Amino acid sequence: MDRRTFLRSSLALGCSAAASPLATPMAFAEVPGDRRLVVILLRGAMDGLDVIRPVASPEWRAARPSLAADAGAGADLGGGFALHPALGALAPLWQAGQMGAVHAVSTPYRDKRSHFDGQDMLEAGLGSLEEGLRDGWLNRLVGQIPGARADLAYAIGRERMLILDGAAPHASWSPEVSLLLTPQGQRLLEQLCERDPLFGAALEEAMAVAGSLPEAELAGRADHERLADFAAERLTGAARIASFSLNGWDTHARQDVALKSALSRLAETVLALRGGLGPAWERTAVVCLTEFGRTFRENGTGGTDHGTGGAALLFGGAIRGGRVISDWPGLGEGDLYAGRDLLPTRDVRAHLGWMLSGLFGLSRTALEQVVFPGLDLGADPGLLA
Amino acid sequence: MAYDPLLAEIRFGFGLSPLAPPPSGAAELLEGIHRPDVVEHLAPIPPFSEAVTLFHDLRDLRRADREARGTSREEAVAARLQATSQEAVKLRRRNLGAAYIRASETRSGFRERLVAFWADHFTVRAKSFLFQHLVAPYVEEAIRPRIAMPYARLLKEAVLHPMMLAYLDQTPSIGPNSRAAEEGGGGGLNENLARELLELHTIGAGGPYSQMDVRELAELLTGVVWYQDEPGRSYRPRRAEPGAEVVLGRTFSSEAELRTVMEALEFLAAHPATARHVSAKLARSFVAEVPPADLVDAMASTWEETGGDLAAVYAAMLAHPAAWGPERTRIKPPFDFIASSLRALAIGRTEITPLPEYRVWSKLGVPLRGMGQPWESPVGPDGWPEAAAAWVTPQFYAARISWAMRTPAGLTELPDPRAFAITALGPLASPELRFAALAAETRGEGIGVILASPDFQRR
Repeated sequence: MDRRTFLRSSLALGCSAAASPLATPMAFAEVPGDRRLVVILLRGAMDGLDVIRPVASPEWRAARPSLAADAGAGADLGGGFALHPALGALAPLWQAGQMGAVHAVSTPYRDKRSHFDGQDMLEAGLGSLEEGLRDGWLNRLVGQIPGARADLAYAIGRERMLILDGAAPHASWSPEVSLLLTPQGQRLLEQLCERDPLFGAALEEAMAVAGSLPEAELAGRADHERLADFAAERLTGAARIASFSLNGWDTHARQDVALKSALSRLAETVLALRGGLGPAWERTAVVCLTEFGRTFRENGTGGTDHGTGGAALLFGGAIRGGRVISDWPGLGEGDLYAGRDLLPTRDVRAHLGWMLSGLFGLSRTALEQVVFPGLDLGADPGLLA
Repeated sequence: MAYDPLLAEIRFGFGLSPLAPPPSGAAELLEGIHRPDVVEHLAPIPPFSEAVTLFHDLRDLRRADREARGTSREEAVAARLQATSQEAVKLRRRNLGAAYIRASETRSGFRERLVAFWADHFTVRAKSFLFQHLVAPYVEEAIRPRIAMPYARLLKEAVLHPMMLAYLDQTPSIGPNSRAAEEGGGGGLNENLARELLELHTIGAGGPYSQMDVRELAELLTGVVWYQDEPGRSYRPRRAEPGAEVVLGRTFSSEAELRTVMEALEFLAAHPATARHVSAKLARSFVAEVPPADLVDAMASTWEETGGDLAAVYAAMLAHPAAWGPERTRIKPPFDFIASSLRALAIGRTEITPLPEYRVWSKLGVPLRGMGQPWESPVGPDGWPEAAAAWVTPQFYAARISWAMRTPAGLTELPDPRAFAITALGPLASPELRFAALAAETRGEGIGVILASPDFQRR
């Protein structure tokens, strides 16, 4: 069987499993373990140098005259770094060791700085795009978890989530989906689907999921909070992996305004996850990834342009936070990548790999050959508590 | 099982229409694919050769915009760039509207379905915003005129089209020992197009080719480029790898010229593995998720006998009893679901043309994403999934239901659901469906329940 046929047929399996967990729950293995992983994709390229700020660097201050103006306002993170003030609500998490950052990292994507390709690389988890896109690394992770059933891993929201696409079973849902059915319409459609197992199972599951968050709880919640609420709701049930995206990071102009609002949404999202997860937060790792960093120097419109190295943010009770983890390259003229960007000193997939190893017990071989094929994991950065 | 006019429309077209009678027989069904239906002129999509001027304008304006920063022309140039970008976005949305109008009003649904099948077989994606309005124009120019021709002609046009050369990275590919490489132009061989050509467009994954064939074919293709400031593709001998290449046992001319590339594509188009691979894909797409072996055999042997005459291959498919089997195992993909809903409701030019582009997008474009088929944006060159189960997930089905419940009412005056059940499905409307049409509390919900029903989703 060739790769594509395999993907297709297992996709069919995966989706029918997605549609029928209610029908045959005992046919599947119990949920493996109690650790949870949330991957948030920050689409648009988050400026790591403005979020986890190297405030001790005179070069940084000089290169960003307007953006560094409030450098003293953010929480001190130690090691010469400070937090962007818009993430102030999360500073207590940092103090508690439940927030951390990995800095001067990137995927292997270089030079062309396209959002499309950069996000594809990030989600595919591959060393290059030349082999073409087949599936995402979270999907290959699920494929390595014995007995994984479709509701183990959720892609949430309206965005295409290549990261979880592929042969292994997975589920997807968007919290704003409403079936728009009256009780009468629902009964009629159920009757029509009765003799059609494919549609019947999908309808049954759709109605169950759509009804799982009470309308009252959704009222007054912004879109990003609904994503987090829904993720938390699933993760306190059978799901152990969830992924969704937050947009608004492409700050070419007036970054002081644009980034502030994106970061406020991120902070609210993280707090919504923590609130919704309750005690499960202690066993959760949240990782926020972006396709690439932004230019070291601010541009002529108070923003930054597409760059290379950047930061990943970590949250949750399962991580060992309170630190900036980095092999810091420096910001002197000769230290930059191509004379313009923060130099990535490590492949962010290595950090992810070590996290997956700790959370789900994946072997080095599985990580280096299946989840992130061709990656050299290197030494353990010790991201987990 | 023999020809059935209802299945002709439902299985091989975009469903029943209250305005257009189904083809009377297989001969009429086949006849319709050879020439444009009048609606293609009434709802035009510009060919690539026309639409590419907007691409060039955008490129020029982006450059001008960068150069004008900080000068007195800055605002004026930025405004022109903005306006031209808007124009490109609107064109893409009009293309979507035109695609729906064509599917809704055509008297040859089979022709439209074939165009969609081959557009998917030869998937291209926009490389960046600059290309976003060019996918439908590529289909209009490269695919649509050749759906009933020998496969080699379709293959050559699609694979060597600027959009494919851009999408699969052919332009940067140069022969490692070419003059261009020796003169230090940088770059090297890129196997992307060659690999997909063998794996997807011709022989098929799992077919009788090796990595060596991919490499040789990639070398053979060097020289074919689309330089983006030029109107179309060209052949540059100085980029071509010298020497004769051997692909699947056949040795091709060592002459660095386009003719060698054409010969290789003709050879691949007529290859028995191609005949089988593409016939099976057609049969899966139109007839059954798992088509009977003798159907595929009949199509593949017609392919071999006629040198890949596509019209003859379609005729072989339609002549097989399985084509008219009563069991409907295929699911309409999201575009086809919406299009067939519009067709059954007689929503066409009159309703769609006056809508501003952003309304076309919000009512008929955005919902495709919710159903799992973002317009013109499949994940990779292998196009959209074939498996029924890939489309009927809880999330995707929920999106179909909510579209069916809400959107049609905003586009037209809804018919009586009892009559609509017959319009949409004729005698295929089950007693349960006719009961549901009668029992729904409102007209909108009655129509919605019919459109969302498995009866209407299957073909």
